[in-house]
Amino acid sequence: MATNPMHQFQVYKLGPEIKIAGIDLSFTNASLFMLLSAATICGLLFLGTKEKKIIPGKFQLISEIFYNFIAKMISDTAGSKAKPYFPFIFSLFMFVLFCNMLGMLPYSFTVTSHIIVTLLMAIFIFVAVTVIGFLKHGFGYLKLFVPSGVPAVLLPLITVIEIISYLSRPVSLSVRLFANMMAGHTMLKVFGGFVISLGVLGGWLPLSFSVALTGLEILVAFLQAYVFAILTCIYLNDALNLHH
Amino acid sequence: MELEAAKMIGAGLAAIALAGAGIGIGIIFGNYLSGAMRNPSAAQKQFPNLLLGFALAEATGLFGLVVALIILFAF
Repeated sequence: MATNPMHQFQVYKLGPEIKIAGIDLSFTNASLFMLLSAATICGLLFLGTKEKKIIPGKFQLISEIFYNFIAKMISDTAGSKAKPYFPFIFSLFMFVLFCNMLGMLPYSFTVTSHIIVTLLMAIFIFVAVTVIGFLKHGFGYLKLFVPSGVPAVLLPLITVIEIISYLSRPVSLSVRLFANMMAGHTMLKVFGGFVISLGVLGGWLPLSFSVALTGLEILVAFLQAYVFAILTCIYLNDALNLHH
Repeated sequence: MELEAAKMIGAGLAAIALAGAGIGIGIIFGNYLSGAMRNPSAAQKQFPNLLLGFALAEATGLFGLVVALIILFAF
């Protein structure tokens, strides 16, 4: 193989090393791309809401499409009680989407292809949903683990399974996003390596595959952001509207 | 057996999990299409569920791929 396909995920320092209390806080390429995606989102939404016209311009149209998409998703999956959590889910979706999409540019870095980033977001969601559930329902939230309509013989087994599935939520949520991003980008690099090693005569087949895979990866980049947001809505729905 | 060879075989075995993801995605899209052919007016409403099912099915296969990559690169 020409180059290591995992090389693209390397985190390296940009600028001087900053250490505060033994923790390495240096500015890396990962932080650069996080800042870039946050700046892109802010710029897009700022331009979109600068002049509010009845007939929207390009940027206003894009912003409205994003807004309506997320608002509809929340009201469909979590009901009207989840309205106060709209800003959180909207910023979560936009951040994941723009990190994924900026990662599709050649020579860029995909922030979400590192499990520490996705795991942090997933743990935050998990803790937030659990706290919301206990605040809204008190200890009645524990009824989530005891589904109604189950025979009494099976109930201990089902409860254990429910608890395990609840606790594995942050793992599955984070590994899904991370694995999709990493596998997709590795696959693109491997096919790129085939193009180089097969040369001018045989390289056209993997090159055409590579083009098709780039299209698929853009779809996956959107889809994973969507799935991340919709699963957050589903978890919120469990915490807000507790009835099984 | 050499450790390196055993790692390669283990990673290859772990990647078999992707076969299940392929079957699952095929079932999801096939059933969506057959349902959409029977009742085209209801198809558009179920499209988000299709994408959700696709992503969930694909993710389980990718867990196997992650195991393969951990075997190859992390040990």
